[in-house]
Amino acid sequence: MKYQPIIGLEVHLQPKTKSKMFCGCSAKYFGKEPNTHTCPVCLGLPGALPVPNRAAIEKCIKLALALNCTILSESKFDRKNYFYPDLPKGYQISQYDQPISESGWLEADVNGDAKRFRITRVHIEEDTGKSIHKDDKTLLDFNKSGVPLIEIVTEPDFISKEEVDAFAKRLRQIVRYCEISDADMEKGQMRFELNISLSESGQLPEYKVEVKNIGSISVLQKVIDFEIKRQAKALDAGEKLEQETRGLKGMSGETLAQRIKEGSADYRYFPEPDIPPMRFEKKLVEKIQKEIPELPQEKKWRYVNDQKIEIDSAETIVASKDLFTFFEQGVQELKDEKLAQNFANWLIGDLRRLTKKHEVDLLDSKVTPKHLVELVQLLKEGKLRTAIAKEVLTKVFETGKSPSEVMQESDLGVMEDDGELEEIVQKVIDSNPKSVDDYKNKNENAIKFLLGQVMKETRGQADPIIVKQLLEKLLTS
Amino acid sequence: MDLVGLTIQEVKRNFKKGEYNPEELLSEVKKQIDKQDDTLHAFVLKTYEKAEEALANKSGKLSGIPASIKDNYNWIGTATTASSNILRNYISPYNATVTQRLLDAGACFVGKTNMDAFAHGSSTETSDFFITLNPHNKDHVAGGSSGGAAAAVASGMSVYSIGSETAGSVRGPAAWCGLVGFAPTYGRFSRYGVVAMASSLDRPGVLTNSVEDSAILTEILSGHDRQDATSINESPMKLVEKLLQEKDLKGMRIGLPKQFFDDRIEPQVLKAVEEATRQLEKMGAKLIEVDFLDPKYTIAVYTVINRSEISSNLARIDGIRYGYRSNKKAETILDQIAYNRGEGFGNEAKQRCMTGAYTLSAGYYDAYYKKAQQVRTMIIEDFKKAFEKVDVVVGPTMPTTAPKVGVTKDNPIYGELADELTEPSALAGLPCISVSVGKDSKGLPIGMQVIGRQMDEFNVLKAAHIFEKSDK
Repeated sequence: MKYQPIIGLEVHLQPKTKSKMFCGCSAKYFGKEPNTHTCPVCLGLPGALPVPNRAAIEKCIKLALALNCTILSESKFDRKNYFYPDLPKGYQISQYDQPISESGWLEADVNGDAKRFRITRVHIEEDTGKSIHKDDKTLLDFNKSGVPLIEIVTEPDFISKEEVDAFAKRLRQIVRYCEISDADMEKGQMRFELNISLSESGQLPEYKVEVKNIGSISVLQKVIDFEIKRQAKALDAGEKLEQETRGLKGMSGETLAQRIKEGSADYRYFPEPDIPPMRFEKKLVEKIQKEIPELPQEKKWRYVNDQKIEIDSAETIVASKDLFTFFEQGVQELKDEKLAQNFANWLIGDLRRLTKKHEVDLLDSKVTPKHLVELVQLLKEGKLRTAIAKEVLTKVFETGKSPSEVMQESDLGVMEDDGELEEIVQKVIDSNPKSVDDYKNKNENAIKFLLGQVMKETRGQADPIIVKQLLEKLLTS
Repeated sequence: MDLVGLTIQEVKRNFKKGEYNPEELLSEVKKQIDKQDDTLHAFVLKTYEKAEEALANKSGKLSGIPASIKDNYNWIGTATTASSNILRNYISPYNATVTQRLLDAGACFVGKTNMDAFAHGSSTETSDFFITLNPHNKDHVAGGSSGGAAAAVASGMSVYSIGSETAGSVRGPAAWCGLVGFAPTYGRFSRYGVVAMASSLDRPGVLTNSVEDSAILTEILSGHDRQDATSINESPMKLVEKLLQEKDLKGMRIGLPKQFFDDRIEPQVLKAVEEATRQLEKMGAKLIEVDFLDPKYTIAVYTVINRSEISSNLARIDGIRYGYRSNKKAETILDQIAYNRGEGFGNEAKQRCMTGAYTLSAGYYDAYYKKAQQVRTMIIEDFKKAFEKVDVVVGPTMPTTAPKVGVTKDNPIYGELADELTEPSALAGLPCISVSVGKDSKGLPIGMQVIGRQMDEFNVLKAAHIFEKSDK
């Protein structure tokens, strides 16, 4: 392509806290009746004052540390002044020149290669209320007003939508690993703001287009596609692109020029006088640092390097806490380390399909990591055939009994008694005289058919090689 | 029954002696209000019913004592307008912490008092409703912004009254109406629920007939409030008992700033305050001259910080959720907000918002707001330096006595000039009190202020109390 996209992101995350950022109202506003989660503070009544939520600040520090940021020794809140009906105080309490943290990075894999994306800052602020435009009226719901938001700002380090995708997914995993937020996009707990421009020289262009309020990673991808096409077309036509904020048109990724230009906005930032500056003691930061678990990128490469599993399997497993918890518990039980990939395959494949189909959480399912380990080992030892293993797993899933118990009860093991098998083979020969004739007439397919019949009779428990030998023996005798 | 000058302790003694009971006192106060307030205009709202209900609480420290509260305190079920048109229809759904603590102590409020609209002024002349007159001379203002509170106490319409101060809004009207006006260290009394003017300067205060009463109210109002992030994290103060044990000022070093005693001060005020300082010396204090930054810098710093914070604090009053709503047809929702505010706010508020928006603007922030904060730090250091040598600082509260009605008309920063002696301590958030030290030839009261170290309310109250009780 002639142009190189240059992309930066701002991500807004709603940390999981009991109460709002500056008052005692419940932060669980989603789906609640409008204006039932409000108080003088989040309604901006005269005289009401904000008191910062410690839990939200500590979650912000935790995420900042997980993103390798430096925690500033002194941080403060600032007021961002502008008028809008859903902004009850006429200003948003945010952070301006002394955010909680600065200069970090996040590593994600793009097409198999690890890349570091620089994080400019991670800070905390409050959300606004919600405007609902209905006919010619605007309705206001302040349940969301004052809910805490963590803002992550990146450097313009992305050059493709694949990079953005890898970053966004890795970030969401980190947030969930650290229990900072559920990052449930359907509930608006994670939202994106895109800054995108096209460069011919690889240098940062003079303009940038901002697209706000993108609520899903898939829409984010579509917006990038749309903007690259739109901007390239304009540049090809010799147009000069300007700094602007564009809005979303539905979920298609299409963007629209906004009526009001925000480029010239002066937010008249100044330090929030109602809240004293904050100092974070080293001890607190160290304590929070210790609470950060192994993060997905490290985990993934540990699986690849130590457990010798495939990169794609590792990526799939680290994407979900349930999967990696199950995997790690299972791996501990494995007698043969080489079976990790087999274990992973059964976990990602059949077991995940079963839990999804029955809408059961993996860790709540009756199949324990030990069960799956046993299954994989039985297969390896040749005591169980792949075709039957699926049935065994289903039974384990239904009953919670171990694979060997299930096999015993349902007689699903590998048939070892030649006498019994020979009887079945003879029965099949007796009841298929036509195929016997065909066999004798050198029809290759006849023996395959007969073999299939035997396997059907034995429900797959028989060893096909032995069956074939038996068939040949009995047919020629 | 003479209600003028009654103190909380006197009323309590009289209740005990059976001179009168709370019902009788309340009805006497109501009579006074009905008789005088059509002229004085101390009250924007009379709350007799609530006062009567409050009599049910008989065991509180303030039970049965008629009082009043400034119109910028939220009080459930009352209009809290801050004497502004734009908030005329705003009924408080919650109590300010100060209101709540007083009500819990049995406070019996007969009404809410007039003020400069949003406390923007030093004379109540910017009130959107009416001007409060000085009970000592009705051609003169009572002062401001807590002018209604001062007039109410000075005329016997309240035994005490709750005011608030950003520069000299408690001390000023107390001085001009011959009362005690006390504001503690910034953060000592919670600001939660007080309509904000300038958040980094605002502090609740009290207007009383004695220093002891101010101490009594401080015991009730102090103590950490978790709803105010700037609240001092200490338990309620214990002051009264200790105060009453003090007999003189032996060992106390009192600083007299040169800049508080120069030719900008009216001669009669200067003379009365100088005499009062000699009285302090007689009671055992050592007088020491101290040197401060020229008050003219203080005025600039105060004005920039004050206007900047106001422009942001008043932004919430947009007529969307409460407050005045314009009938003018608006094209956009932002136009609607502009009409609501344009028609709803008075000129003083608009001027302050515009100045503040300017001083916070990109490109001007460093030159104004940031510079002002830097000089503010210098002023704080100035006091710290002085307090190495002295325990309290004393000077006139106001450069003049109460001016005639109409004084602010042609002088947009009249308030700032009048407050030049109260602004430095306000910028430093220091505890301070004004006590009456006499009257001028027209019979208008003169006030002297005592300023103390951060958190040292006690020495401030002590100096004022010993002065008040001494034979002059």
